[in-house]
Amino acid sequence: MKVLVPIKRVVDYNVKVRPKSDGSDADLANLKMSINPFCEIAVEEAVRLREKGAVTEIVAVSIGMQQSQEQLRTALALGADRAILISTDLAVEPLAIAKCLKALMDSEKPDIVLLGKQAIDGDNNQTGQMLGAFTGYAQGTFASELTLEDGRAVVKREVDGGLQTVSLELPAIVTSDLRLNEPRYASLPNIMKAKRKPLDTMTPEELGVDVSPRTQLINVRLPAERVAGIIVEDVATLVDKLKNEAKVIS
Amino acid sequence: MALDQETLEQLLSTVRRFVSQRLMPLEAQVDEEDRIPPTVVSEMRELGLFGLTIPQAYGGLGLNTEEECRVIMEIGLTSPAFRSVFGTNNGIGSQGIVMDGTEEQKNHYLPLLASGDVIGSFALTEPDVGSDSGAVKTKAVKEGDHYVLNGTKRYTTNASSAQLFTVFARTDASEPGARGVSAFLVDANTPGIVLSEPYKKMGQKGAHVCDVTFDDCRVPQANIIGGPDRLNKGFETAMKTLDRGRIHIAALSVGCARRLIDTSVTYAVERKQFGKPIAEFQLLQGMIADSQAECYAAECMVIDAARRRDAGLPATMQASCCKLFATEMVGKVADRAVQIHGGAGYMEEYAVSRFYRDVRLFRIYEGTSQIQQSIIARNLIRAAR
Repeated sequence: MKVLVPIKRVVDYNVKVRPKSDGSDADLANLKMSINPFCEIAVEEAVRLREKGAVTEIVAVSIGMQQSQEQLRTALALGADRAILISTDLAVEPLAIAKCLKALMDSEKPDIVLLGKQAIDGDNNQTGQMLGAFTGYAQGTFASELTLEDGRAVVKREVDGGLQTVSLELPAIVTSDLRLNEPRYASLPNIMKAKRKPLDTMTPEELGVDVSPRTQLINVRLPAERVAGIIVEDVATLVDKLKNEAKVIS
Repeated sequence: MALDQETLEQLLSTVRRFVSQRLMPLEAQVDEEDRIPPTVVSEMRELGLFGLTIPQAYGGLGLNTEEECRVIMEIGLTSPAFRSVFGTNNGIGSQGIVMDGTEEQKNHYLPLLASGDVIGSFALTEPDVGSDSGAVKTKAVKEGDHYVLNGTKRYTTNASSAQLFTVFARTDASEPGARGVSAFLVDANTPGIVLSEPYKKMGQKGAHVCDVTFDDCRVPQANIIGGPDRLNKGFETAMKTLDRGRIHIAALSVGCARRLIDTSVTYAVERKQFGKPIAEFQLLQGMIADSQAECYAAECMVIDAARRRDAGLPATMQASCCKLFATEMVGKVADRAVQIHGGAGYMEEYAVSRFYRDVRLFRIYEGTSQIQQSIIARNLIRAAR
């Protein structure tokens, strides 16, 4: 069984991001970049499935600039067998990514596409669902548990108000939630071996996909700074302030 | 072969993450309990930390000196006791075999040391033999194809967890100096090995040292490092491992200094006196700046000496310069860190207080500061004659 794991290069989750001074975008110059945490969870899950003998091949793929190779190497160090970079300098959006993945799936023919539910930079939470729509495959999003049995994928989903379990016909699209697993540290020997694993590069054009953006970024700014609160004397004052100052109740 | 920049960076960021997420949160517990949780030791094994310097052909990473130093600077950001777990396997516990071992010894021991399945321990120091390490009194007397070892080794790091000892013993009783000493690989299960209770140390709780007594311990002559051909050349082997070990300790000192500076600056920015953060007072800024400048100087020295060694240039004097400067530096940085913390810095619950105790050892082991001074001066004077 083959698993395709799409991953994204994002600003490391420990880094505090600030807008550029002209507000045109987030300032990403010289920041530490990492594999998106949800993608890392997806890679880990694929590796665990292979360790259980359910999966035979793991292919990591990333769509983005050339430097995304670094994150693909991380995926290879964690246990992916080979990697593909779909290289473009354009800022790719979920729709374009889903189209590229669909085109890649036509040749790779994976049994499962296992990807993060969202990336921590754009927080779009769209790629998996869009890919489900393009392919017509069953999808299990926000997975907190994934098991393969009798040729089906059983996904425990984190939904509002609890957990929902769905059984998906393969091939299927599964997106990982935070609690699916806790990723391992890539061992140092595996980091060194990752360099020798195959990493192929192609372009969106070769896949016949137009990745030019459909949306326009207008402005990026910091949220308004919070001012210090006050302690009110009694409930009556609180209600009064909520009504007349904050105007959140009427 | 040196790693490419990308792989090295990935290696370092993995170690950095392991240090900050797994080791740092355990520091106080390890200090309190004088014990490193076995699960963490297993994680260190899985990560590959035991085989940093062991060649790839024998299951290690085969890092060169510079790469090793960069990894160790990351490890230095947390309690040195953690490094001690795998320190001997990467240094004095394995390098003798790497440099002078027979092919058979390398094939047998190095993969076990690289994986961490075997912990190596280095038994040189004795009750009467400290800095004068050539004056080893432990005796090894030949009986057939074995040697019988008798004597006591002092302050032996990791002895209680070791499966393998590198023991230095006098094989030529007529030669009182370094030329009569051989290095033996001794299995910890050999009958006649007795360990003392661990010493109660000033710092580095969690890392254990004790005395090891050899009482009629029979060791095959094939276990001389390098085989019987290297009889009476054990001290030479010991000395060869030292250059790299000294640069390693200097790199560790740089790591600890970085942590101390970082902790002090964070504290100084938060702590308020006279209505403003103490970081705004120039006398404090002076301490912070001196610490940073000295730490940076040590870092540059370490990298330069490591590169010289990797390039095959003589580096003994440079290694001693690094060990001397960096370990003295971290002593000063730790002292300032406590000072910046004021009364809090004297309390055990603050990391700087623990580091202050921990780093004191660096100026003593693997050659005291005074021994480093002697080596440096001797090299210069010899050149002038």
